[in-house]
Amino acid sequence: MITIETLCHSIQGLRGEEVELWIGRAWLRAEGGPGHYRLREIDVARARLIHELRQGLALDEEAMPVVLSLLDQLYSARRQMRRLRAALDAADAGTRDRILAALRMAEAGAEGAGPG
Amino acid sequence: MAAKDPYQVLGVARTAGEDEIRSAYRKLAKRHHPDLNPGDKAAEERFKEASAAHALLSDAEQRARYDRGEIDAAGQERQPEHASYRSYAEGGQGPRYRPGAAGAGASGAYAGFDPEDLGDIFADLFGRGQGPGQGPGRGGAGPRQGRDEHYRLELDFLDAVNGGTQRLTLPTGKTLEVRVPAGIEEGQILRLRGQGGAAGPDGKAGDALIEIGIRPHAIFRREGNDIQLEVPVTYSEAVLGGRITVPTPGGPVSVTVPRHSDSGTRLRLRGRGVPAHGGRPAGDAYVSLRIVRGEVDQRLEDFLREWSAEHPFNPRQGMVD
Repeated sequence: MITIETLCHSIQGLRGEEVELWIGRAWLRAEGGPGHYRLREIDVARARLIHELRQGLALDEEAMPVVLSLLDQLYSARRQMRRLRAALDAADAGTRDRILAALRMAEAGAEGAGPG
Repeated sequence: MAAKDPYQVLGVARTAGEDEIRSAYRKLAKRHHPDLNPGDKAAEERFKEASAAHALLSDAEQRARYDRGEIDAAGQERQPEHASYRSYAEGGQGPRYRPGAAGAGASGAYAGFDPEDLGDIFADLFGRGQGPGQGPGRGGAGPRQGRDEHYRLELDFLDAVNGGTQRLTLPTGKTLEVRVPAGIEEGQILRLRGQGGAAGPDGKAGDALIEIGIRPHAIFRREGNDIQLEVPVTYSEAVLGGRITVPTPGGPVSVTVPRHSDSGTRLRLRGRGVPAHGGRPAGDAYVSLRIVRGEVDQRLEDFLREWSAEHPFNPRQGMVD
């Protein structure tokens, strides 16, 4: 866990007020309260990402929540896929084959089917 | 790693202006940012190259030195490599920012729907945790995996920093040997395969999921991979300097207090913080000095009275009118 001060020290051009603002907007999570926030490793990496999106990619304040929300959904889906893959790895060969066959059928059924 | 010519990487002329360079970088960053292209190694490489090129060319002084041939394109590669957000988002800490988690994400639009529940959906599908033969459809006939059990393990600060083997006694009386990797953090979860709930016929046992808690230390504080500590020194050690022995997570270390040190002077002990782990180098220990007075006798009083009169100094200047 590190302080906002330490964080700003390690990310060039980042200001403490900005980080507090992000926490206030729930873009970033932190332990503790205003004035004495503590950040975990994932929060530090996320702060670096937000900073990159703001400065490097010139993403404006309005677009940021949309992008973060999509990213969170993407990573959530990827974590689920990992768990699913782990579960498939742990299953016996028969079960795995049945699931793969069912997946292929579902894929074939989805082909040509458009929305509504 | 040989670095490419930064102008070539960004696709700009050597005469390109600041705006042109920034715009070229943004174009590349938008396409190749690793968090917008998870799992795409080539994109990640392109992004790193573009970032490095931009870091070099956006700094007028660095750029001039590069143009004059004083530094090569690798000059800016000395900037530390940071673990990407993705490496955390897809790891154990990831669910901290799952959609719908309190405070995460942009809005409450996902409240009430927790996609991480997928595991439970599949648990139902395979009839896990149900009575024999009662699983729905084909699932009931398949092998049954044991349930994952959740535990919490409180570690002493140094055991978390240095890692090692811990014993965890379960409510059932069974004990588990838990190998704790160095540098583990509060809230991280260790998975012990096959140490959870018992399996059904032909199935596998569930896993033990162990959430880590860390007790604070009387002397050390952790900030990322660095360790902070405060060490008392005598007045004469601070003024005259000298070697002192200080504690670090890895054991006592001898350090030199520079002459004319003060309360609050910070000494950096390179590599004496959290040991190297997970591909990251060891952190540093930062020692803050604090002057303690020690014994006072008549001679010291007399000396100070005389000395202070000759050396007027008000450290509170500007604080009070």
